[in-house]
Order: sequence, then structure tokens, then C-alpha cells
Amino acid sequence: MGNEKLTIAVTGLNNIDSPGPGVPVIRGIKDSNLDARIIGLAYENLEPGIYMPRLVDKTYLMPFPSTGSEAFLKRLAYVHEKEQIDIVIPNFDSELYLFIKFSDKLLEMGIHTFLPTMEQFEERHKDNLPEFSKKYNITVPESKAIVNSKELANLPKPLSYPYWIKGKFYEAFKVINNNQAVFYFNKLSAKWGLPVVVQQSIQGTEVNVVALGDGKGNTVAAVPMRKQYITDKGKAWGGITLNDERLLEITHHIIRETKWRGGMELEMIKTDDGEYHLIEINPRIPAWVYLAVGAGQNIPEMLCRLALGEKVESVTEYEFGKMFIRYSWDLIGDISDFEKIIIFGEL
Amino acid sequence: MSKLNSLAISDNGFIFKPATGESFTTNEMGLFIINLLKEGKSGDEIINAITEDFEIDNVTAGRDLYEFLDFLKRENMTD
Repeated sequence: MGNEKLTIAVTGLNNIDSPGPGVPVIRGIKDSNLDARIIGLAYENLEPGIYMPRLVDKTYLMPFPSTGSEAFLKRLAYVHEKEQIDIVIPNFDSELYLFIKFSDKLLEMGIHTFLPTMEQFEERHKDNLPEFSKKYNITVPESKAIVNSKELANLPKPLSYPYWIKGKFYEAFKVINNNQAVFYFNKLSAKWGLPVVVQQSIQGTEVNVVALGDGKGNTVAAVPMRKQYITDKGKAWGGITLNDERLLEITHHIIRETKWRGGMELEMIKTDDGEYHLIEINPRIPAWVYLAVGAGQNIPEMLCRLALGEKVESVTEYEFGKMFIRYSWDLIGDISDFEKIIIFGEL
Repeated sequence: MSKLNSLAISDNGFIFKPATGESFTTNEMGLFIINLLKEGKSGDEIINAITEDFEIDNVTAGRDLYEFLDFLKRENMTD
């Protein structure tokens, strides 16, 4: 790659209490040697990333992916016509399907992505985790995908209380009786659709890994982290990098076996006996990725370089004991900026 | 590497376990004991060293040592 300025579009600017990864991804890019113009793609007009000083060069409102591929692609084509996007980094689970499905079409337009294949994306879904476990020899908690709340009263053994009831894309609640389970089933199915997944609660410490696979079985980057401060939404408000060789071995195994392409987050429970249970694979960069950047692995930069077809050497070094602590900060904005987003859909 | 040697321990008595992300604090005597354990000293040698440095009797030093060893074992910081 020469020294030309890149235009990189990024979604997930919702830096709220359940933050999207957009802002930390952009910070990673800005910390790198990439000379980039950043285009924010926002779904809501109050996503903080739109208004943060010196973060994005321009933001465009996008239609929700649920409105259909036609409207979504039309809007993206409009943004591309204006901005000549080189790379797009989608950061929401709910939009990945569209970006993966149309990645070839995007490439024809000149927009590069570095995403999992549709098969990789589908097989790691929460409701497919038992099959994933068998296929790749990974330990996962007992789970069952359900489409009707009546199934909750007759869950197959050994599923027992307490268990987690999880939305298709986001959110999970720990329940201890059937009434709670039915309540959350209805809440989650209304919000995220079906199926809803019941997953056995495992006693232990939650540990996570942010990783990047090159699509050929190589782990280009991987940093493990333990949440130190967890919000009521289960999000990390503070975390610390770990020196956990077993966790990294599992990460390498999953990426090697699946030939994972793109960013990913592994969510695991480590029991007191030192066993690891995979509870979720998120097929994208997580919101805490800036910790990996701070620890020595600039995953957003590496992902951009892979998207452009560059050869990226695997990085194994990182600093353990690096911490992140989130904070909230009141930005003062002007109504005229809000007006531009509302009226024109761009700022 | 032994579990004890994998710990990051500051002079202020702050102990960080890189494998789990947990942190602990200890006092001057805890720090003293950890350093002697890392040097491979025996229990009796450590008790003698404690009695000399902290000016306490053998029984108290032994109790302090084994209480601290229990703590290290409970928190999985020793092999």
C-alpha cells in the first residue's frame, strides 16, 4: 500500500452504556500509521460518536438493516458515491448478515471488507453452539434453542436452574424459575426475534479474548481479558489483560479449525477447576478492542490491512496487566448539528 | 515457571496474578515471606528469618508463616 489517504467507514458509533465498537475501532485506526479519513455510519441520530470532536470526518445516517437490503445498499451506494469508501468495518451483529451477503457486490464497487464467511457466521450462532462444540471439539455449556415459551417448562436434562436465557443477537438474563424464564423469553423474542437460547449457567470467572483470523487458519492477533467491573447490562466497564496460555491455545485452535476470517470475540467461563467453557462467539471486534491496542496489538489497523489484501504478520506479544476503565463524559453540542443529522441525514 | 514466580509483586506489597487478572495486597511480612519462598528457603529458615527481622518469637513467626502459606494456597498462588 502506498501513502494514499484511505477512506474508512465504520458503524457502531453508539458509545453508550452498552457501547458499540465503532469509537474504539476508530481510535485504533487513528493511533496507527494508516492515513485515514473516517466516515461514520450511524443508525440513530444521537449516537455519541457522531458528535465526538476529531473522531469522524463525516457521518451519514443509515437505514436499519431490518428495513431490507435494497434500502441499505442504496444508502451505502450514495455514501460511497460521495466519499469513495475504501474499507467498511461493520460492528453490529445485526448488520453483519447483510455485509457478508453483499461483500462481493461491495468489492465490485471498490469497498473492501474483512468479514467471516456466511458459513462461519451461521455456525457460531448461539443456537448452533452445541453442533459447533461437537464439530470443533470445544467445551460449551448445555444449551437449547427454543421458539415457544411452553418449552421452558420441559427443558431436557441436564439443563437446570439457574440458567441464562439469551436473545438472538444481544442481551441475556439469568433466571431461577419458570416465571422469570417466561417473562424474559417474551421480552427477548419481542426485541430480537426467535429463537431464544437457554444456556446452563456455569460457575466461574468470565474471561474474553479479542482475536483476528486471516481466513487461512492463522491467528493474526489475540489478547485475553478479564472483566473487572461489570455493568447491570453485563458489559465490561473495566478490564485487564491476562497472561492465560490455555485461553490463547483455545483461541488458536478455534481460528485454525474454522479458518476464521475477521475479528472475533470469544466469551468463556473459566471454572475453579481450570476448565474453559465457551459461552459465545461474537463475529466481530468487541467494544473493548482499544485495550488490545493499548496492550500492543492494533487489531483495527491489522484488519484494515488484511481487507486491502496486504500481508500481515501474526503478532503474539502483548502487555499483560494493562487495564481499561470506561467513563462517561458530557459532550456539549449545538442544535444546528443535531438539525443537520435530522434533516439531511448527514453531518 | 512456578506459580509464585509468575506473580507480579511490587515493593508496596501489591500482588498481581497475570493468569487470572486478580490482585491482592500484603503487608511487609507477607512480602518478606514471598521473597524467601522464591529463594527456595525452608519453613524453618523462614521462621528464623522472621524472628530476627521482625523481633517476634518462634511460635508467633510460625503461626504467621503458616497462615500466610494457607492464604497463598487458597488463592492458588503456590504449586
